[in-house]
Amino acid sequence: MSPAGGLRQLDVSIKGKSYRSASGGAIEVLRELAFTLKAGTVGALVGPSGCGKTTLLRIITGLDSDYTGSVHLPDHGKLGMVFQEPRLLPWRTVEQNVRLGAPEATDADLDALFDALGLAAHRRHFPGELSLGQARRVALARAFAVKPDLLVLDEPFVSLDAALAKHLQDELAVLVTSRRITTLIVTHSIDEAIGLADRVFLLSASPAHVIAEVPIARPREPRTAEELAKIHREIARVLGKLSK
Amino acid sequence: MNVASRLFSLILLVAAWYAGSEVAGERMLPGPQTVALALWDEARSGALAFHLGATLLRVTVAFVIAMALGTALGVWMGRSRLADRLADPWLVALLNLPALVIIVLAYVWAGLTETAAIVAVALNKLPNAIVTVREGARALDRELDEMAHVFRMSRWVRLRHVLIPQLAPYLAAATRSGLSLVWKIVLIVELLGRPNGVGFEIGIAFQLFDVTRILAYAIAFVLVMLAIETFLVQPIERHVSRWRPKAA
Ligand SMILES: Nc1ncnc2c1ncn2[C@@H]1O[C@H](COP(=O)(O)OP(=O)(O)OP(=O)(O)O)[C@@H](O)[C@H]1O
Ligand SMILES: [Mg+2]
Repeated sequence: MSPAGGLRQLDVSIKGKSYRSASGGAIEVLRELAFTLKAGTVGALVGPSGCGKTTLLRIITGLDSDYTGSVHLPDHGKLGMVFQEPRLLPWRTVEQNVRLGAPEATDADLDALFDALGLAAHRRHFPGELSLGQARRVALARAFAVKPDLLVLDEPFVSLDAALAKHLQDELAVLVTSRRITTLIVTHSIDEAIGLADRVFLLSASPAHVIAEVPIARPREPRTAEELAKIHREIARVLGKLSK
Repeated sequence: MNVASRLFSLILLVAAWYAGSEVAGERMLPGPQTVALALWDEARSGALAFHLGATLLRVTVAFVIAMALGTALGVWMGRSRLADRLADPWLVALLNLPALVIIVLAYVWAGLTETAAIVAVALNKLPNAIVTVREGARALDRELDEMAHVFRMSRWVRLRHVLIPQLAPYLAAATRSGLSLVWKIVLIVELLGRPNGVGFEIGIAFQLFDVTRILAYAIAFVLVMLAIETFLVQPIERHVSRWRPKAA
């Protein structure tokens, strides 16, 4: 089944997805949304609020099977997910939360992860004793500890201060690069997408589909302001061409 | 302060009892010292331990059965609308059936046996456990459920680390009200059809108008239940709620 020499990629091909509204009608959220993500690369989904990004992630992670189309996960299909909210078990400590999500992680794995994410001092704390930023880092640690075949992140850095968001973004970049995990990240921020992804997928407003794919040269490497501006111009050009 | 005020209230109770017995006379209301002596006699002869043990065993078995079954059914009804609609009329019927009717029917149908006694008590506690746990199951967090699903947590992990902790406050409430309900019903069951236990002893004392013995056994049993509440139920509750942030 796998393409020669490599691991299977993430294949998403959704014909349609609708929700029933309370009044009985159907609201179409996704239509003809398709993309593939090569094994070991990072894809960023960027789109307006409410366009259906979380809905799409729920379909990919198997939480919602009420759609038409198909989704093929990378080999083995082991998932690591960071939800839009931390979703930790409040009655278990930080360390227990990570271990319950990733029972196969070794002590050495956890030590390394907690160090990288600045959580070493909080291992025995309960989620109620953490700040939101710390809780988000625990959610990241849990998703990484799984050693997933597909890592899925739903706006993991939203509502954090800029410095912390940048720091976590760098940590994520390091982890993803060193382990070559196939990763799909949803974000509002084009800068964040450019900073992390091999490929940026631009989504339309609802019903959402992929309007353009922008490959990023030298992903996750430092860029000058000029290079950044060039990528921004490229994205604006793609979007502009489409709107004509 | 806390201990002192409790102690004071307790001393007040004993004093009121003493005064009451002076007014009503030893036959109607024997004083604290008479009852204490009777309690001591029963304890020395071994009768107290024997009957207390028999009653406690029934309380424990009936309580465990009712809680286990009540939790399972409560979760089921709380999570499935169909189950709720199907089982709700039964639940309402059971809730409104007088305890005495259940006990008498159990004895009539199954004879004056231990099984009949236990089943009758458990059936009396069951609907209350179901209703409480169902409330908890309706309030379960769907987001945590989804998290458990995405991370492929095993059934056991979900039960122990996701489900039970969410139900803990409801299980605690059911335990509290359950223990006191169960021991009261066990006494009636023993009075009506068992050859031992605190209820049986109180029945004998009633036939002899022996108020001293009635009070001695009642007090002994209340003390035991108080000890269970203080040294078993409360520590467990503290342990399972240790994660809640403490007010500064
Ligand atoms: N359970 C639901 N029932 C009905 N409509 C829903 C449901 N969930 C989401 N929707 C609708 O589907 C659309 C997409 O929602 P979704 O949460 O996927 O958006 P999003 O792109 O993740 O938004 P944001 O960036 O703000 O998180 C929204 O218009 C929303 O109103
Ligand atoms: Mg969303």
